[in-house]
Amino acid sequence: MKLSGAEILLRALELEGVDRIFGYPGGAVLDIYDRLPFCSIKHYLTRHEQGAAHAADGYARVTGKVGVCFATSGPGATNLVTGLATAQIDSVPIVAFTGNVPTFMIGNDAFQEVNTVGITRPITKHNFLVKDVKDLADTVKKAFHIARTGRPGVVLVDLPKDVTRELEDFFEEEYKAPIQIRSYKPVLKGHPGQIKRAAKAIASAERPVLYIGGGVVSSGASELVVKMAEVANIPMVATLMGLSAVPGNHPFFFGMLGMHGTYAANMAVTECDLLIAIGARFDDRVTGKLSEFAPNAKVIHIDIDSAEIGKNKAVDIPIVGDAKLVMEELLPEVEKQVAKNRELYAHRESWIRQVKRWAERYPLWYEPSDRVIKPQFVIQKIWEVTKGEAIITTDVGQHQMWVAQYYKFRFPRQLVTSGGLGTMGFGVPAAIGAKVGRPDKTVFCVSGDGSFQMNMQEIVTAVQYGIAIKVAIINNGFLGMVRQWQGIFYDRNYSQSSLDVQPDFVRLVEAMGGVGLRAERPQDVEKVLKEAMAINDRPVVIDFVVDREEDVLPMVPPGGAIKDMILPDYGRKVEKKAV
Amino acid sequence: MEKSRYRKHVISVLVENQPGALARIIELFSSRGYNIESLNVGHTEDPTISRITMVAKGDEHTIEQIVKQLRRIIDVFKVRDLTDKKKLDRELLIVRVNVESAEKKEEVKRLVDIFGAQIVDVSHDTYTVELTGDEEQIDAFLELIKPLGIREMARTGRVAMVRALQGDTFGGERV
Repeated sequence: MKLSGAEILLRALELEGVDRIFGYPGGAVLDIYDRLPFCSIKHYLTRHEQGAAHAADGYARVTGKVGVCFATSGPGATNLVTGLATAQIDSVPIVAFTGNVPTFMIGNDAFQEVNTVGITRPITKHNFLVKDVKDLADTVKKAFHIARTGRPGVVLVDLPKDVTRELEDFFEEEYKAPIQIRSYKPVLKGHPGQIKRAAKAIASAERPVLYIGGGVVSSGASELVVKMAEVANIPMVATLMGLSAVPGNHPFFFGMLGMHGTYAANMAVTECDLLIAIGARFDDRVTGKLSEFAPNAKVIHIDIDSAEIGKNKAVDIPIVGDAKLVMEELLPEVEKQVAKNRELYAHRESWIRQVKRWAERYPLWYEPSDRVIKPQFVIQKIWEVTKGEAIITTDVGQHQMWVAQYYKFRFPRQLVTSGGLGTMGFGVPAAIGAKVGRPDKTVFCVSGDGSFQMNMQEIVTAVQYGIAIKVAIINNGFLGMVRQWQGIFYDRNYSQSSLDVQPDFVRLVEAMGGVGLRAERPQDVEKVLKEAMAINDRPVVIDFVVDREEDVLPMVPPGGAIKDMILPDYGRKVEKKAV
Repeated sequence: MEKSRYRKHVISVLVENQPGALARIIELFSSRGYNIESLNVGHTEDPTISRITMVAKGDEHTIEQIVKQLRRIIDVFKVRDLTDKKKLDRELLIVRVNVESAEKKEEVKRLVDIFGAQIVDVSHDTYTVELTGDEEQIDAFLELIKPLGIREMARTGRVAMVRALQGDTFGGERV
C-alpha cells in the first residue's frame, strides 16, 4: 500500500519503539504534523525548539532510549543546534528530524531555508538529507541504528517538504529486518589479550584508582564496576558525567574528581600507580594540567570510541569496547588474579585507608549560617526531602557543581546535566523530558537565576501537559560561576555578571500557570521543599534567595595540577568544633 | 603527549561515494586546525566507493589522531597511513611554459625527453607539458623549467597505493 512520506516516517518511528516526541511545527513539516494525530505517538509542543532538543535529551538520558525531536526548516533547525551539540558531546542518543524546503528549491535561498546538514555536520554523529521518498524508510532505520549503537550520539535527518508528501510503498516486514551499514561496524568486545594484561596490571598495582565516566552509565556497567572495586579493593572516583554510576554512599567511592572535585579524589588520582579509566575521556575539566594528572600511574583506558584513547593522555593498556561487555570479561580475570595473590588485600587496605584519611581531613565543607541560606544547604535539604531518590537535572554553573558535590546519587541515570558543552538553559526542558520518561520519579531541576532565565518559557510546556517537575532556583543575583572566576582571577572586577534586574520568579511562574514559592531564610528551606513535594499536577518553582558571594570549593585553578586545590577555610570549622 | 618529529604523511581513505562524505572529511581537518597539503578523490573499481589520498603534515600524535578521527566517520570504510609502506605514489602536473625563442623550445623538448613527459598543447609562444611522477620528480622538473617562465600550472596532489607484494593492500579485506 502506498503511504505518504509523512506516514512512512511516523510508522517507522512506531516500529522503532518511539512513543514520545518533542517538537515545534512549521511550514516545512506540516505534512508530518497533519498525520501526527492519527498515530500512537504522543507529541509535546515545547515553546522553543531548543527546549524540544533538551527535552528529548533528558528523556534519552533517564530512559536509555533514543530521544526524538522535530523542528521545521530554517530557524526551526538552527534553534535545535545548541540542543544537538549538548547531546552529542555527552554521547546521548537522539534522532532529530527537521523539515526543509522542497528538493527543487534547495540551494535557492528560499523562504526559511538553511543548509541544515551543513550546519549540523560538526555537532552530530551523522546526518542525512533525504532527497527521494524511496530512501526515507531506510534512512530512518539507519539513523536510529547509528544513534543507539557504538558510542551513542546525535543523528539528524533533514526532510524536504516534497519528500514528506510523495507516495511510496512501505513494507513493515522489510523495515523490521536487521540492518547492515557496510562502513559502520562499532567494536563492542574488548581484545582478550589486552583484557588479560589489564587484569594483571590491576592485580599487581599497589595504589589503583577506578576513574568512572559517563560511559559506565550509558553502557549499564555500574554493577560490574562496583563489584570490581569490592573484589579488588579499589577506590572509585567519578567525572561529572559518571556521577550516579555508583552509589554515592559506597565506602569505596570518594566523589567527583577534577576542577571542583573532592580533595580525596584528586589526591587519589595524583598518587595512584594505576589509573583504570572506564568510559571517560580525560576532559580538561577533569585532568587540569595534563603532565601532573596521575603523573606516576600506568593507565588502562576502556572506551568504545578508539579516537578517545590516547587523545589527551598516553595510555599503557588500551581496550576498545563497550564498557559493560569489557567488564564482563575483565571482572572474572581480576577475580582469578586476586584469588592467586592474597597479599593484594593487605597492600590495598593501607591505600584505601590513606584515601579515607584524605577524605576525613579535607571533607566537602561550607560554613553554615542561620541568617542567610547557603546554597549547599539547599542541595542537602533537597537530598533529604527526596530521600536521595529524585532524578536531578541541572543547569550550568555553581549550582551544578554543588549538586555534583552534595547530592549523593543512588542509582544510574539519576543525574541529568550538561557536562561537555556546559549549556545554560538545559535544566528545565531536560527535566520535562526526564519526567515524561520517568513519570514514577520525582524530577528536580536545580538551576541558577541566570540559567533559569535562558529557557524558563518551557515552564508553560510543563503546565500544558501537567508535568509536575520541581525547579529550585539557587538565586544569588549573579552569574555565580562567572562571578567566582572574576573574584579569584580578575581581582573582583564583577563585569556584567550581576543580574541587578530580576523578574519576580514567584509571580512569573504563577502567571505561567505553575506554582511559585520562595525561601529567604534557612529555616524556611525544608518547609517550602515539603510544600513543593506535595504538588503533583503542575510544575513548582522555588526561588531560594541565597548567600550572594558563596564560592564553589575545592577549586583547581584552570590549567593547574589537580592536587593544587583552593580549599574551604577549614580553620573556622576547627574553631567552631572547639567552641 | 610527547612531541615527535614533524613530517609529511600520506593517508589513504576508502569512503562511501556519496554526498557529504568528502565534506565531513574536510571539515574534520578544518575544525581541528589540521592542515591538508593535498587531497585527491576519485572512485575505485567499485563505483560506490571512493578513494581519497591526502597528504598532511604533522607529528606522529597529530597524525594518529587524524587517522582515528577519520575512522570514526560513518561513511569511512578504511583508513591507512601509507607513509612508511612500500607504495606507488604519483602525481600529475600540467604546466604551460614560455617558449618565445628556438633555444627555449629546444630546452623544453630536452627536459621533456629526460623526464619522460609529454608536450600536449602548443601555441606560437608556449608549450604545455604533462608529467606524471612522484613528488620529487615533479618538483625537480618544475625547478628546471622555472627559469623559462611558467605561465600557468596545475598539479593534482598525490594518489597512492600500497605495492601488491607488501601483502598490505586494501584489496579483498575491504567490506
